[in-house]
Amino acid sequence: MPAKRRKRGDGKGVAEREFAPSGEELRIPILSAEDILSARLKGRALAHRLGLTGSNQTIVATAISELARNILQYARRGEVLVGIVESNGRTGISVVARDDGPGIPNVDRALQIGFSTSGSLGMGLPGVRRLMDSFRIESRTGKGTTVMVRKWK
Amino acid sequence: MKRAQSQVSKLPPTTAQTTSGEIAFLLRELVAHLRQNRTQLREEWARRITEARLLTAMTKEEVFAEATSVYDNYVEALETGTFEALQSYSRNLSERIIPRGVQTDEVVGIVLLLRDVLARSLFARYHADFDKLNRILDAYEPAANRIAITVAVGFVQERERTIREQQEAIRELSTPVLQVRERLLILPIIGVIDPQRARQLTEQLLHGIRTNRARVVVIDITGVAAMDSNVANHLVLTVEASRLLGATVIVTGLSPEIAQTLVNIGVDLTKMNTVGDLQGGIEEAERLLGYKVVPAAKTEQQT
Amino acid sequence: MEVPILKQGPYLIASVQSALTDADLLQLRDALIDKVGRFRSLGVIVDVTALDVMDSFASRMLRDITHMIRLRGADTVIVGIQPEVAFAMVQLGLTLEGVATALDLEEGLAFLDKKLGKNAGRPGLLTG
Repeated sequence: MPAKRRKRGDGKGVAEREFAPSGEELRIPILSAEDILSARLKGRALAHRLGLTGSNQTIVATAISELARNILQYARRGEVLVGIVESNGRTGISVVARDDGPGIPNVDRALQIGFSTSGSLGMGLPGVRRLMDSFRIESRTGKGTTVMVRKWK
Repeated sequence: MKRAQSQVSKLPPTTAQTTSGEIAFLLRELVAHLRQNRTQLREEWARRITEARLLTAMTKEEVFAEATSVYDNYVEALETGTFEALQSYSRNLSERIIPRGVQTDEVVGIVLLLRDVLARSLFARYHADFDKLNRILDAYEPAANRIAITVAVGFVQERERTIREQQEAIRELSTPVLQVRERLLILPIIGVIDPQRARQLTEQLLHGIRTNRARVVVIDITGVAAMDSNVANHLVLTVEASRLLGATVIVTGLSPEIAQTLVNIGVDLTKMNTVGDLQGGIEEAERLLGYKVVPAAKTEQQT
Repeated sequence: MEVPILKQGPYLIASVQSALTDADLLQLRDALIDKVGRFRSLGVIVDVTALDVMDSFASRMLRDITHMIRLRGADTVIVGIQPEVAFAMVQLGLTLEGVATALDLEEGLAFLDKKLGKNAGRPGLLTG
């Protein structure tokens, strides 16, 4: 079966050209469960420094935790990049979670199954999408997955 | 269409007549000229601002002080070809003058006046050498336009940010969480709920539950005409989040339309604690809190 | 970091001190199951006030803890979930269904007292 490239994204009302962060960026390798905690603590710290509300800091940390967890569970290893973005005078946090794992065979389905529908199975992607202001996913069977999300200040 | 970008960027490419090396040379000469004549040019500009009746919200001294800063940032942008410092200065300036009531057209106006003042001084200096004048204008104009746009856009973005904050503050004021009895909170919701307001309501409610140590919350939506599925879903999330803080939620004033919306998004209404009207909801809440004598076997538990 | 577990009469109180790794949560689960058996506790309170984030793993662990402790005849109540954490959790779809929750330690104790039929010295939901 040929490798399929699936992309899904929604800007959710924010006009953006690209997902590359324009400011500083943290790179956290995800190789073990401890890295999940490390990634979300660093993400929260950056969000705090940027001046996001406590509520949004928790949201960013929660999203990072889930995305990092997915990497470990489905790809064994990967990395999380947390950075600052600017667009149209707004600033925010960008999180990119990527791995070279098996990829998601059915991205549409993955985006429909949330924790509340499947118990604790599934990747929680609809939940992460609901938490963040913008969400984009690229996954190629056999070539890995990249999830890009943002939270504006 | 050129927009002010947040990344560092350089001046636009050269015209056919003037090479980039020449442009750089001319700009250096231009900058030197602007620095030499800083005092006169600033005063000229400040005078023209007053004549044009711009920045009337500020005193003459304030106008001159700001004119100095803008001038220096302007010249630096011309010299370095980078606009970051100008951008952050213009946001900073906007932050200060917006509360004073300065309008967008005034800000654009003063920047264009500066451009004119500087252009005229170039005419005055190079009028004998027409060719040189043309070449220096070739170098000056794109940069000057870029600067005008940077300042104007910075101002507009700052205004938009201010407006967003004001709207947020208004929303916060208009959604009171009321404590009517010990352990009982009421959240009456009236009017239209957009996603931002919904989020704010939930945050206020959850913080209210914690601060007031509420065990029961009555959310009254009698005053809400309609709800789209997103907001309806948000209501469900609010009920679930409240439970995580140990509070039971009673929803009152549920219209048939909103009930239908909830059913459509998959909510099991038999699992949601609903009562017809606010008064009934308060009575139910009091019953749950044990304010009336009820046989033990019939009372609800919290899980 | 190990979560301290205190015995208070018939109850065990586990107080999370800081952000927990997956291993910490597993260790907490095992420690609680062990201690409930050893002390024949009737109730367990897990205080998560200091928990920075409740993700799917933490949520699953708390449900596991509740179920396994119930198998040993005891009740569990989770207390201290912060408003911001609760809000993020439910958006992610984690509702801790089947798990009892209360605002804080005091409310948690009141809940257990009521559940176990104890009224002495503590105002419960019924006695007001």
